[in-house]
Amino acid sequence: MRYALGKLVQLVVVLVIVTFLTFMLINLLPGGPEAAILGFGADDESIAQLQEDLSLNDPIPIRYARWLGDAVTGDLGQSYVNGSTVSELLGARLPVTLALMTYAMFLALLVAVPFGIATAWKADTRFDKITGTVSFALLSVPNFIMATLLVYLFAINQDWFPATVKEGDENLYTLFLPALSLALGQIAVFLRLLRTDMIATLQEDYIGVAKAKGMTNRRILFRHAFRPSSFSLLTVAGITIGNLIGGTVIIEQIFGINGIGKLIVFSIFQRDYLVVQGVVVVIAAGFVIINFAVDLLYALLDPRIRHARAIA
Amino acid sequence: MPAPSPDPVDAPSLSERPGADLLTEAGGEIEFDAVTADVTADESRHQLEERKLGIGFWVATAWLVVLVLLAFLAPWLPFVQDPNEIDALALRQPVAWQDGGSWNGSASDTLHLLGGDDLGRDIFSRVIWGARVSLFVGVAAVALGFLIGGTIGLTAGYFRGQYEKIVMAAMDIMLAFPALILALAIVVFLSEPGSQEATLRTITLTLTILSIPALARITRASTLTFSQREFVQAARTLGARNGRILVREILPNVIPPMVSFSLIAVAIVIVAEGALSFLGLSVSAPTATWGNMINEGRTALEFAPHIALVPCAVMFLTLLSLNYVGDQLRRRFDVKEVRL
Amino acid sequence: MARKKVVLTSPTAAGDKLDGPLLEVEDLRTHFLTPAGTVRAVDGVSFTLARGETLGIVGESGSGKTVLSRSIMGLLPSRNVVRQGAIRYQGHSISDYSQEQMRSVWGTEMGMIFQDPMTSLNPVMKIGNQITESLRYHLDMDKGEARDTAIALLTSVGIPEPAQRFGEYPHQLSGGMRQRVMIAVSLACGPRLLFADEPTTALDVTVQAQILDLLHQQQRERHMAIILVTHDLGVVAGRTDHIAVMYAGKVVEKAPTSVLFSEMRMPYTEALLNSIPRLEDSSHTRLKIIGGRPPDLINPPTGCNFSPRCPYAQPRCFTDEPPLRPADTAGHEFACWYPVGTPEGTKALEDNVAAGVPAAVLATGGEPALADQGASA
Repeated sequence: MRYALGKLVQLVVVLVIVTFLTFMLINLLPGGPEAAILGFGADDESIAQLQEDLSLNDPIPIRYARWLGDAVTGDLGQSYVNGSTVSELLGARLPVTLALMTYAMFLALLVAVPFGIATAWKADTRFDKITGTVSFALLSVPNFIMATLLVYLFAINQDWFPATVKEGDENLYTLFLPALSLALGQIAVFLRLLRTDMIATLQEDYIGVAKAKGMTNRRILFRHAFRPSSFSLLTVAGITIGNLIGGTVIIEQIFGINGIGKLIVFSIFQRDYLVVQGVVVVIAAGFVIINFAVDLLYALLDPRIRHARAIA
Repeated sequence: MPAPSPDPVDAPSLSERPGADLLTEAGGEIEFDAVTADVTADESRHQLEERKLGIGFWVATAWLVVLVLLAFLAPWLPFVQDPNEIDALALRQPVAWQDGGSWNGSASDTLHLLGGDDLGRDIFSRVIWGARVSLFVGVAAVALGFLIGGTIGLTAGYFRGQYEKIVMAAMDIMLAFPALILALAIVVFLSEPGSQEATLRTITLTLTILSIPALARITRASTLTFSQREFVQAARTLGARNGRILVREILPNVIPPMVSFSLIAVAIVIVAEGALSFLGLSVSAPTATWGNMINEGRTALEFAPHIALVPCAVMFLTLLSLNYVGDQLRRRFDVKEVRL
Repeated sequence: MARKKVVLTSPTAAGDKLDGPLLEVEDLRTHFLTPAGTVRAVDGVSFTLARGETLGIVGESGSGKTVLSRSIMGLLPSRNVVRQGAIRYQGHSISDYSQEQMRSVWGTEMGMIFQDPMTSLNPVMKIGNQITESLRYHLDMDKGEARDTAIALLTSVGIPEPAQRFGEYPHQLSGGMRQRVMIAVSLACGPRLLFADEPTTALDVTVQAQILDLLHQQQRERHMAIILVTHDLGVVAGRTDHIAVMYAGKVVEKAPTSVLFSEMRMPYTEALLNSIPRLEDSSHTRLKIIGGRPPDLINPPTGCNFSPRCPYAQPRCFTDEPPLRPADTAGHEFACWYPVGTPEGTKALEDNVAAGVPAAVLATGGEPALADQGASA
């Protein structure tokens, strides 16, 4: 419990710093928050009015505290482009992006876990070597190339999947290619990681003990070896969510998916800074919180850590 | 058990854990009893790996050397054309060895080895000029990143204490942002309307900033392992000054792993630059970059797939070569995976 | 490989050949194929073991004793390992068994305790489950039954508060307690043969005797045979019926325990015995170290494997390999041309001391010029 509490304090500190940096982003922009809210080319009078309205002349810590207070209650400001609030935009776009990321993560683990286990079990066989080569090659394919290739092969050359995803038509079928584009690179990372950890675990004495007890290979692999080998996979999967978020920005662009990735790129081009700020702060905070959750889960899965931390 | 470092840069190399020796790697679980035999077997295996760098290594190296030369010499090479020159007759012309392509420029006067793009520009020349951007940004960002991040990591790993805590916490904060999102934020922040050179500077700077935390962590980790070694302790006892120990004793040992890692880091930066230019946030059109070539080519994917696929292939081969050569060098230098 | 019908699963069923030996090993060879060459980890070992008896296998690390026990149990990886020779368990030739067939032997017929209790229990599995899983798998017990049996087992190996320990993880126990749990794990399905591979080496001295006593007590209650693998003659002294001394993959001397200690013939056995510290020695007595290293198992020396380190070694020892031959006492065999305690042996040693052969001088406690070099090698 003390472990969780310590982590929680750490989480809060990181969150404060991350949100502060995001907040400062707008203040340090050329033109400052005035330009961010009104857009460039606003006349002096309205700028003065805005400064008055929002007390923009207050010291930064006070403004940060006010901004954070608003942000926590869901007020992240308004888009100057179309007038809708940032929260509305996020509320509409976030679910699609989350669904896409979950789908990709699911696909990646679905392939990587069985292959990671199998290659560790059959280490140094032809099967292992081929899998190793393929995954090494996959590591060198950026997701925008992967997506382009998949679209060419399975949407244009063969008409199996749609090349673009219409709004409101997001489902497991239409999102398959986008999710796969995101997943393939991660598969290689997960697979190689799990394979190495599994090979190390399979050399442990307790695996020998399980074998000497007459347990079946299947039971040894899944019940005895997989769990202790999965900790780094779990951690990396958590960190990978950061990669996936970056990936979705590009993938949404390619497949025309209306998620926050497309939103942020669009807003950057429109110089719609409050929206950019809102998306960045939500993504960064989400990422930090997910990693916190992974840390806790990690401790939950590994009894050694759980108890060591409990005692400490 | 320390959690693996959350360096995004670290990801491709996470899987290698040295030390699994041959006998145990055979899928067995025996702790081999014959110590002497084990040692000799290990040594010979090591020598075996030392000797062969494999044909793959040399092919990859050759690809990189040729690409660097072409990119560097592009303005002076006769067969590399102006990347923005429009040859209306070469509009969507396929690569030379395919139907519709041509070896001698039958449609137009000039040879378009890799065909022409949507505007009739020579893809071969554009790929070469795109390589200039990618390689420049990749090398410059990693070099600067190592200069800054390396210094941070080296001093943090050597001096330890409060300084290390604060510095590494700052690195962790930067890593708390998803990499591409941070890149987008920094680009937005740094970008001002300006010349192409200004944009190139912005992108390089952005990716430098982005690479600093990971490079600092890696340098720190290997510094930590070396600063505990006897020769460093000995130098300390002999009264050598910190600066001297850092430069004379630790730096030479930290550099080899850094060098082999830097190739992989360059690959990662090239991907990041590609992503940004794919989104249109890097050096903007009409300047050729791999990323914007692929992005522009996507619209013609149905009728002229080579416009997108050629830069895809070149980029893939380059990344593969960088990763492969980096990986091989790392094995050769027997760099233990250092993560903390 | 021919599939054989195996009826070995029930630990309580009367064995098919109650009169015969439990285990017969004949000319067992286990070789590892490595890039550097073939490692002859076990090189022609034979012995028999009767029901309920204890055999001690003694040797330095690297002598092949661990490989021997795993080889008998069939626990070595199949790749790059060559195993030859015959292993018969209750008359069944288990050396021909497939992995699948061995699975009916592992756990129920043969069990194994590993050296380090810190690593031999699965760190992320509750202690109870590590015992019940084999009960449920091999003996088809239901959950409650398995739990009761496991708690009974924990009680019988001397774990306090077994019901509570049942739900705990290995890292919550001390080393000695873990080794008790490990014993419970391997005894769960009532094996008739237990391999104990250095079961006390990793433990505190004070705990070692307790664990050995526990093994002994369990053995008596279950009428179980034990193969006790150790580098320490002191461990096997009072607790085994027979001892086989291994050196470089071969058995160099074997005898009933009391005979071995009173009539040892092999200089290596003597050297092992001399390397045990004794309470009656004055505190400044130098321990007699066996100089040199165990031989390279890829290119073993010609002649007797021990000859380069042997205080008794004569020219013949470097050229001809001594066979394992019977001694005066029944059941006692040794492999040496100049055995300890015989006129030839005594003369050989005296000659070597006179000639200043380092191994001989070191063994007799002198201070030759080369002694330090020999000791530190």
